[in-house]
Amino acid sequence: MTNQRTIIGALIALATGLTILGVAHAAAEPALSAASTKTINDAAPKPTSSTADHTKFEVLQAEFKSGPEVTKACLTCHTEAAKQVHLSKHWTWEYKNPDTGQVLGKKHVINNFCTAVASNEDHCSACHIGYGWADDKFDFTVQENVDCLVCHDTTGAYKKLPGLAGHPNYETMEWPPKSGRLRPPTDLKKVAQNVGQTSRKTCGACHFRGGGGDAVKHGDLDSSLETPQRYLDVHMDADGLDFACSKCHVTDAHEVPGSRYAPTTTDTNGAQMRGSKKIRNPVTCQACHGSAPHGKADAKLNDHTKKIACQTCHIPAYARGPRHAKMSWDWSTAGKLDEHGTRIKTRNSIGKVEYDSNKGHFTYDRYVIPEYQWFNGKVKYTLFGDQIDASNVVKINEFLGGPEDPDARIWPVRVFRGKQMYDKGLNTLAVLHTAGNDDTAYWKNYDWDKALAAGMKAVGAEYSGSMGFVATEMSWPITHMVAPKEDALKCEQCHAKGGRLAGIDGAYIPARDRIVAMDMAGFSLALLALISVLVHGAMRIFVSSKNKD
Amino acid sequence: MQRIYIFKRFERFWHWSQAMLIMFMMLTGFEIHGTYTWFGFQRAVAYHTSAAWVLITLWIFAIFWHFTTGEWKQYKPTMEKAAAVLRYYLTGIFTNAPHPFRQSTLTKHNPLQRLAYLFVKLVINPLIWLTGLLYLFYGSWSSWGLSWLSLEWIAMGHVIGAFLMLIFFIAHVYLATVGHTPTAHIKAMVTGWEEID
Ligand code: HEM
Repeated sequence: MTNQRTIIGALIALATGLTILGVAHAAAEPALSAASTKTINDAAPKPTSSTADHTKFEVLQAEFKSGPEVTKACLTCHTEAAKQVHLSKHWTWEYKNPDTGQVLGKKHVINNFCTAVASNEDHCSACHIGYGWADDKFDFTVQENVDCLVCHDTTGAYKKLPGLAGHPNYETMEWPPKSGRLRPPTDLKKVAQNVGQTSRKTCGACHFRGGGGDAVKHGDLDSSLETPQRYLDVHMDADGLDFACSKCHVTDAHEVPGSRYAPTTTDTNGAQMRGSKKIRNPVTCQACHGSAPHGKADAKLNDHTKKIACQTCHIPAYARGPRHAKMSWDWSTAGKLDEHGTRIKTRNSIGKVEYDSNKGHFTYDRYVIPEYQWFNGKVKYTLFGDQIDASNVVKINEFLGGPEDPDARIWPVRVFRGKQMYDKGLNTLAVLHTAGNDDTAYWKNYDWDKALAAGMKAVGAEYSGSMGFVATEMSWPITHMVAPKEDALKCEQCHAKGGRLAGIDGAYIPARDRIVAMDMAGFSLALLALISVLVHGAMRIFVSSKNKD
Repeated sequence: MQRIYIFKRFERFWHWSQAMLIMFMMLTGFEIHGTYTWFGFQRAVAYHTSAAWVLITLWIFAIFWHFTTGEWKQYKPTMEKAAAVLRYYLTGIFTNAPHPFRQSTLTKHNPLQRLAYLFVKLVINPLIWLTGLLYLFYGSWSSWGLSWLSLEWIAMGHVIGAFLMLIFFIAHVYLATVGHTPTAHIKAMVTGWEEID
């Protein structure tokens, strides 16, 4: 009885098994043939990663007359966007350093390029993410003053022009000035319907062109990064990883991390896991690579992270693309005019402006080897009103940290050198009214006193009437243009006398360093031993040859 | 003339491989030190590090051998005849005086050799090991609670060890030629058999 049941059970099981197998086989077959002929997948259109097609939105069908009108339309759906932007450094141009208490940001610092924003807002605000910042009366609380398009344009047709207080041109306009070329009005409808994520091009519109032009300011950011090769930047490589800026500058609520005002110079964390609640700067190399990224064969390199920033080896030079970085700016020679009293502009053999009456003398360089220094992320600025010592080089910003500081690492730094205006009476760096269509603007009348009086007034000071030029240095941490590993520094470039780190104190670098007295003693004793044995040997030979006679 | 078997097979293997390794370590070590450029720093470090592991392995075997065979006793220091041997090398050797020391399987080394080799084994080698390993594991110092160490001091100790080794090496190579013929001792270290009067 039981036996019989078992047999029947087994048979049923067998039959079921075979059926399942058969069905599975049948199901597998069509899938297999589909894969081999590639019909279904090919026909399917590739979806865009965005879930919204802005050309289909009714509010964007309007014939927009101005930027703020577009913003109003954006805000009908993105209700919180402007409020977020209002809190960001991109909007406020203001940053209070929690360590030093210094109030920084573009609005407040004086640099050694065009020097200061105050009194020149309508020009400088071509790089402000807002509309209408023409002077100190700009209302920072108005939502539709936020410029969404400058960051979210994907057409490349949107351009804010200096002198328009942050607006693009709404009418036909000669651009560049005196070029004879006409720029048609901005097609706001088309731009608005084609918004998307930020890109190297949108970020670069300002950040590649800081200081008034391409490759002027950062040294490691210029327009060659719009479509770089792997050689120039291993992450942004247009044919490879093709990172947008935001891939590293992971942005939340419109506040873009990775500011130079208080950079993270040392990150001893491992790679950041998705979902990790740890509050940390997401832009560091370590945020993705961890702090021991070299494989077993190169394990010695991981030891270097105790003292050295990743950038030091992995960015062997800046301005590694085709663009020449501006290296110095000497305001003290500005203002020379030709015999007709008009502006002079001379160019060097590579076509770069060498002298400009408006600005003075410039120098340029490419493939620039950075300077190296200990840096712990703390920066001290020389702000307007700070007393300076004009007989010495004034540090616009000083990178702090030394070898004993556990938070300091050796960093590659671009040092931009110049000579610029200071007020001799007040003994402070000066604010110059450069651009504008008025009688006091320096670029209009080349009158230092008038332009300085106007500039200083804009920051609530009174120009003493006596000005001079002071040598200044401004430091920029080098962190972009990361080379492929084949192009990273080789050991010998630091482990040698006179190598890259020749000027670094407080670290023992094999092959660079030695204790001279010990070397002298060691080699002298070894030489003495050698001479002794040679004399001893010679005497033995001499004696034995005499014995033979 | 009598022949005695002094150096066993392992001992000879150990001696010559150690000799090669130490020469190579000095060569690569002083390049790392920046005395000259030959392999290039990167390769010098890689070679030095690999050779270090081989040398350490060899030393471990050698130590094991010394203790299991009792041969370590060959290095027990003695002052007996030490002055006589010294006098022999300073004067006697030039007047054909007889060597004051007679080699045997139980006492392979003369008193000066014993002292010199003991110094190598108890001072130079440990110094090089210790500083070399610390140097190598610089990255682990903080996790080993050794953050207070300074790389400069460790390197200094290692370089002192290297200089002592260099001086020993010069003297040792020369003294290898002072047998009853210039190559007698060297042959003995190759074949194991020493000829003694
Ligand atoms: C006869 C044996 C050896 C000699 C003559 C020797 C010699 C040297 C010298 C002269 C240096 C350069 C030091 C400086 O300028 O800072 C050096 C570096 C070094 N040695 Fe040795 N050494 C020997 C054995 C060892 C051993 C056994 C080890 C490891 C366990 C070792 C590990 C190292 C390391 C890690 C370095 C530093 C390499 C670097 O810069 O990363 N050495 N050696």
